[in-house]
Amino acid sequence: MDGMQTKRDRPWLMRTYSGHSSARASNTLYRSNLAKGQTGLSVAFDLPTQTGYDADNPLARGEVGKVGVPISHIDDMDQLFDQIPLDKMNTAMTINATAPWLLSLYIGLAQRRGIDPKELSGTTQNDIIKEYLSRGTYIYPPGPSMRLIADTINYTIKHVPKWNPTNICSYHLQEAGATPVQELAYALCTAMAVLDRVQASGEIKPGEFSQVVERISFFVNAGIRFVEECCKLRAFGEMWDELTLRRYQVSDPKLRRFRYGVQVNSLGLTEPQPENNVQRIVLEMLAVVLSKGARARAIQLPAWNEAMGLPRPWDQQWALRIQQVMAFETDLLEYADILDGSPVIAAKVKQLVDGARREIENVEAQGGIIAAIESGYVKRELVASHMQRLRAIESGELKIIGVNCFQETAESPLTLGSDGGIMKTDPAAEREQIERLQAHRQKRNDADVRAALQGLGDAARSGENIMPSSIRCALAGVSTGEWGDSLRAVFGEFRPPTGIDIAIDSRAVLGKKDQVTELRARVAGTGAALGRPLKLLVGKPGLDGHSNGAEQVAVKARDVGFEVVYDGIRLTPQQIAQAAEEEGVHMVGLSILSGSHMELIEAVLEELRSRDLAKVPVIAGGIIPQEDATKLAALGVSAVYTPKDFNLNAIMADMVDVIREANGLGRLGPLP
Amino acid sequence: MTQAQLPDPEQLAARILRGERSAVASGLNLLDNKLAGARQRSAHLLAALAGERALNDGHLIGVTGPPGAGKSSLVSAMIRQWRLAGRTVGVLAVDPSSRPELGGGALLGDRIRIKNAAHDEGLFIRSLANRNQLGGVATEVWPMSWLLLACFDVVVVETVGVGQTEIDIAEIGDTVLYVAQPASGDTIQYLKSGIIEIPDIFAVNKSDLGAPAHKTASEIGRSAPRSDRRDGWDYPVCLVSATMNTGIQQLHGHFDRHRVFLADARLLGKLRTRHQSGWVLRVLKEEFGTFGIELLGGYAEIGRRLEEANQFEECERLRQHIISRFKSSD
Ligand code: B12
Ligand SMILES: Nc1nc2c(ncn2[C@@H]2O[C@H](COP(=O)(O)OP(=O)(O)OP(=O)(O)O)[C@@H](O)[C@H]2O)c(=O)[nH]1
Ligand SMILES: [Mg+2]
Repeated sequence: MDGMQTKRDRPWLMRTYSGHSSARASNTLYRSNLAKGQTGLSVAFDLPTQTGYDADNPLARGEVGKVGVPISHIDDMDQLFDQIPLDKMNTAMTINATAPWLLSLYIGLAQRRGIDPKELSGTTQNDIIKEYLSRGTYIYPPGPSMRLIADTINYTIKHVPKWNPTNICSYHLQEAGATPVQELAYALCTAMAVLDRVQASGEIKPGEFSQVVERISFFVNAGIRFVEECCKLRAFGEMWDELTLRRYQVSDPKLRRFRYGVQVNSLGLTEPQPENNVQRIVLEMLAVVLSKGARARAIQLPAWNEAMGLPRPWDQQWALRIQQVMAFETDLLEYADILDGSPVIAAKVKQLVDGARREIENVEAQGGIIAAIESGYVKRELVASHMQRLRAIESGELKIIGVNCFQETAESPLTLGSDGGIMKTDPAAEREQIERLQAHRQKRNDADVRAALQGLGDAARSGENIMPSSIRCALAGVSTGEWGDSLRAVFGEFRPPTGIDIAIDSRAVLGKKDQVTELRARVAGTGAALGRPLKLLVGKPGLDGHSNGAEQVAVKARDVGFEVVYDGIRLTPQQIAQAAEEEGVHMVGLSILSGSHMELIEAVLEELRSRDLAKVPVIAGGIIPQEDATKLAALGVSAVYTPKDFNLNAIMADMVDVIREANGLGRLGPLP
Repeated sequence: MTQAQLPDPEQLAARILRGERSAVASGLNLLDNKLAGARQRSAHLLAALAGERALNDGHLIGVTGPPGAGKSSLVSAMIRQWRLAGRTVGVLAVDPSSRPELGGGALLGDRIRIKNAAHDEGLFIRSLANRNQLGGVATEVWPMSWLLLACFDVVVVETVGVGQTEIDIAEIGDTVLYVAQPASGDTIQYLKSGIIEIPDIFAVNKSDLGAPAHKTASEIGRSAPRSDRRDGWDYPVCLVSATMNTGIQQLHGHFDRHRVFLADARLLGKLRTRHQSGWVLRVLKEEFGTFGIELLGGYAEIGRRLEEANQFEECERLRQHIISRFKSSD
């Protein structure tokens, strides 16, 4: 047999992760994407919706409709799916802490349109563990959060059987720096924690448990080392097969298949020479389609301008066309698995499997993934891996074309347009969403709302499945914030460990050793000149969960001698200014990647001024377009750093100089 | 920082006594400042804060215990109850620094565990690195807690217990709480080490873990000193859970009882005066060594002089005295 198949395989589901401004604007975008040949929808929600706040909550300020669509109640959901037949569409929703709620809105909407929920198909991401570790849109403590996941699984198995209630994610772990072995190990530990929790709920008869196992799907990453990534996916398949057989006694091999969707790596996509990202994306995609035995079921690709800001419709179209060329022009889908039997591949797979097994045993010995999150262990491992990656980039050991080598470039015509090459969301979106929400509150029946919320609170306390009462809330017109707050009142809130308390490794990893020694002398000398050691506050204002940059800056600053205060993500400008005051810091460093930097940084500056701290220099980093950096400088921000500033030693040297200047000492200049 | 930028100590003291947060913050910055001009002003500031209140009011509680025992989480739970009762709280959270040859930096990680999400004007947290000072707790801790005591009802100092720190913390707090980790080698080690003589109250945290916590509590109960150390104090051992928020009320009962005990036995003022002179001696010794102490006539003589005057002003006089002696000898 030559491996040629008589029939071409069906391609994977093609999606584009999108949503912005308002339900109406996003609906228009979805319908035009579907018209271009996209075969499923992937909804990006805005951060208030993901963290259970109403658009008019003070914590939502500046974030409404920014990085996704705001959904405050069932009428927003209705508008989002206007003229889209719910029973025919496959809808993936990147929603986690509030997953039961968004799913309830979707089911409620189907009921309102006379569609049987049994006809609904799609996915709620609904994996809280990786939220604590990477993605940041958690709300409740681990115990109640795991229960909410179990509730959605138990409910959909019975009432929405085509739904994938949870998507175990390793994608976000790689985006936070995880190695392939870490991705494998922690994702599989997460799957075990979820399945064990469902089993413990006792709602599923033992004979039907294999159906639950079959419903578990995964969301993984594929990086630029595409041979290794290809092997990682084969390793996932092997390990899942074994785990479901041994631990959960699933006898039917079909039910043990590792089903997964992919978004390819975005962490490695660069701001300098952004056109290079296109070839990166293509190669990364190759890893997850190449071998039939481990091929992705659904793919969404980032756009070439990933590190600059949000993609425009044309950028998303380009990403979709990459998928279509791969699926329809190449001969990829005509062959059986082309890697089966390769000894090289088999050896690499084995190496990954062995490494992952060891790490799984390690986590199990610590009491499982939840205990290892609460203790900070897993997060520390990720922060340490990411630190290694950045040090390798700094030292040049890991080459990133256009960033730490081959930097010379002609001017790119792609970025010359008047929009700077990125999508600008509608600045009126926040106000309009608030007006819509307030109008909605006026017209709904208050008694129904109160009764529905009462039922929700009762279910939360009694341990009864949360879904039926949530669907009643959806139909009664309850808002996202009301749903979130009701459960906050019962479950409380949780802030996971930040993971930055990793040991200083005094040896090779420190980057260019002589630069570090020089930096330490500068930090110590400046501290001595000012009377006390330099103290830095790293702050993450707003709902933005992108913590990588803040973590790495904090770790690096500690390594060169700063005393560092970092309290984790999602703080208000007021909390940050208060910390700056109480801690008596020499500098405030803000990190914002969600696009809300203008509103938030201005608010922090204002809070600092009101505390008599106008003299404390403020710097900022993140996804900040040049035009905004100029405006920030005018507001009094001392320095702005973006992904092109990949050299943390250089950033540290600059920070010391900013502090020196603010205190009347001379600058020391760039490192030798 | 130039002299002109340093705050005027008398004005600052007045503002601190009024409870102005920004004054508390700059006062702490000043006490931390090692420049010569700042040290003088620090002494004036401390002297200006040293009123009746400093010796008789408030409650200074030292919290220590092995790494990860849940000290910060427990402090957070303690604070919640104090705040509900309307008492204001100042916290000093001390974390280790990396070794000087590795840059001496520090990650100050307690704040995130202690702070409740809501904004609260009645709570003030300052984190501090121990700066590798020999003998555990940094010298700055005592004057800083003294400052906080001048404007908060309760002051808590959290330090990681690594042998010497327990001894140091007893030279700072009115009451010392030891937080034990259930079934941990550290606690067993601790029981054997004799440092167990120091804490006034023991809390075994994580009682939600069940049996191991009970076992550790009874082990401590067996080895904790009875009333032989201080007549009339019972060295209670209690079970708490910071995460489940249980046992906190009883713990607070012990704090209050200990505070009353110290006051009734007329120990509080004595204890604080002793801690104060202990710090003065430590500062002098750190700066000038044994030789400097000798120059001033030895510990006993210094002790006598400190009894007679405002200790902070006297300390500054003693410093100036040594400095002038050094200067005239070359
Ligand atoms: C990794 C990543 C993630 C990870 C984050 C993991 C984590 N824990 O950090 C995951 C997968 C979870 C994620 C999720 C999301 N992401 Co994202 N993500 C990225 C990505 C690919 C890289 C960011 C990164 O970590 N870089 C590595 C670090 C080290 O670099 P850095 O933060 O830029 O920091 C450097 C400098 O900026 C500077 N710096 C940064 N901060 C500071 C602070 C100080 C004090 C100093 C001195 C310097 C400094 O120094 C660093 C060293 O070089 C970017 C795109 C890109 N390639 O940049 C998108 C991006 C930031 N994400 C984006 C979005 C929209 C999201 C989501 C909101 C999507 C959604 N709707 O749900 C979610 C939700 C996240 C949330 N809760 O807020 C958008 C933001 C759009 C915008 N600004 O307009 C981007 C730009 C992608 C895009 N084009 O759409 N994301
Ligand atoms: N089960 C349980 N875990 C707790 C309890 N209190 C704290 N923890 C956990 O113990 C770990 C350490 O808590 P911290 O409060 O940071 O402990 P700490 O003693 O201040 O730690 P260091 O300052 O680093 O020495 C965290 O993972 C907490 O979630 C408790 O009552 N029960
Ligand atoms: Mg602590």
